[in-house]
Amino acid sequence: MSSINLKSTSTYHRQPDTFLAVRWRTFRLSAWLGWQIESNWADPFLFAIYSIIKPLAGAAILVVMYSVITRADFDSPIFPYIYLGNAFYMYVGQVMTGISWAVIDDREHYKTLRYVYVSPIHYPTYLLGRGVARFMIATISVVVTILFGMLFLRLQIDLAAVDWGLLLVGLIVGVNMLAMMGLILASVMLLLVHHMWGLGDAVASALYLFSGAIFPLEVLPAFLRPIGYIMPLTYWLELMRRALVGEVAQAFPTLSGYSNGQLLGILVAMTVAFTLVSGVVFRFCEHRAKERGLFDMVTNY
Amino acid sequence: MNQIGSSTGLHAVLEQEVKKNAGWRLFIQTVIARAYPRVIGQQREKSWMFFDIFLPVLAVSAYVFVYRAIQAPEDYIGFVIVGGAMTAFWMNVLWGMSSQLYWEKETGNLALYIMAPNSLMAILLGMALGGIVATTLRAATIIILGSLLFEVSYAVVSFTQLFAVFILAMAALYGMGMMFASVYLLLSREAWHLSNLAQEPVYLLSGFYFPIKNFNFWIALGASVIPLTLGLDAMRQLAFKTGETLGFLSVQVELLVLIGLSVLFLVAARILIRHMEKLAIREGRLTESRR
Repeated sequence: MSSINLKSTSTYHRQPDTFLAVRWRTFRLSAWLGWQIESNWADPFLFAIYSIIKPLAGAAILVVMYSVITRADFDSPIFPYIYLGNAFYMYVGQVMTGISWAVIDDREHYKTLRYVYVSPIHYPTYLLGRGVARFMIATISVVVTILFGMLFLRLQIDLAAVDWGLLLVGLIVGVNMLAMMGLILASVMLLLVHHMWGLGDAVASALYLFSGAIFPLEVLPAFLRPIGYIMPLTYWLELMRRALVGEVAQAFPTLSGYSNGQLLGILVAMTVAFTLVSGVVFRFCEHRAKERGLFDMVTNY
Repeated sequence: MNQIGSSTGLHAVLEQEVKKNAGWRLFIQTVIARAYPRVIGQQREKSWMFFDIFLPVLAVSAYVFVYRAIQAPEDYIGFVIVGGAMTAFWMNVLWGMSSQLYWEKETGNLALYIMAPNSLMAILLGMALGGIVATTLRAATIIILGSLLFEVSYAVVSFTQLFAVFILAMAALYGMGMMFASVYLLLSREAWHLSNLAQEPVYLLSGFYFPIKNFNFWIALGASVIPLTLGLDAMRQLAFKTGETLGFLSVQVELLVLIGLSVLFLVAARILIRHMEKLAIREGRLTESRR
């Protein structure tokens, strides 16, 4: 009986997974893993508070700064500009930095990068999957922040006038663009050691400053403005504002010459470009990291 | 016989060569030894210096442009620069003091600290002093860079008082950091998340980017438990033309409260570190590594 079983086991051949099946399985499992890492250090209630307090406090800093100077003139168009830009910017910190952080986390903290890499997965897809949990946390934070603004700060969003289609399409394209930027950053992280942990934050801070997230680009000195115009985030944040508060957002001169369709077109083109670049950069960095023995190098501090 | 003789001789030489300190000498030696890597080591790691200065300057610049966008008075630009520089100290207290024993646990050094014949309080004090010196260099660079970039003008009323406020704020702040470090002894990976959580809410409550006078009195009073709240408020009153009109309490009162907070936190740190060390040993938390 047992010999029959052994024979049947030894002759068993699993059909190789298809290209898409490998990617889907990798994405699904790494998203689950990411969620466990992000959330299981605390009970769900504490985790929910943690996920809400931090972004609300960040938004509140800007609200207090604004209300001190303008004597709480929340009806001015600059207020939704600042508030919504800051709210949607949470995706940048979470998705882009989160994907790149997965490399450091796996390599230095859990010391599992080598095992993950040699397993039958598609590694870039694994990194993207690790960003899903961060995306979910960011979505909760963004929704709570906007609701808070609507309920307590007279943030005027007319739900009937919201361009839901533009919001959804813009969000999908934008998050993909952020994921590709995160993959580029993660690829670079493969070549860097632990003490470069600040790189993701540095890039996010630079984008915060130059993308007009919390002030119109016109406020920047003229020589710095072109940096904002070459960043996809500038167009994405403008689209998000336009989808939610329409003409209020269009009142600012930065991108007033562009229609919604043009902005979306620019964003899609830039996302495609980033997707291509991320593939090339990943291959290059992966090769260099292997060649120089950096792939699983642990600095231990 | 000959072997025994040479061994005794070697022992005698070693006794002569290695002078073992004890008591307060050992305490000071430990403080200096722990402060050394903070001051020297951190200057050697150029990338850390870059990020420690570059990141706050970027954050400060963003807030400066927000104030410019809403046409705030020029002194507010200065408030942001000084507040931004002070974030370096808060970050150092969170990640370099409070979380430090957690990192040491992760890398396996904590047990060695506990086993070594020195006081854990001296180690904390060394970390604090080293952290103050290293971070002051960074904060000064941020203030100089920010002031030059955004043409901030200062109107210092009293350099002596300004210096006193800074020293007292640092004593209280790092006392608080030492106290937190002992509490973090019991924590595992929650430590990382707690430190992460304590950034923006404290920036908000302590008024890093605006005067706390704008808060309700009781909220501002509650926020004053964090030493940087009153430290920053007093520094702004002493360094800017409109500072005094925007101050929460008078500088003299804030100085007195900072003295009280310094004593309170240092004493609390001393009591807590003993208690937490015993508790952590009893509960077997000193060498655990829950990732």
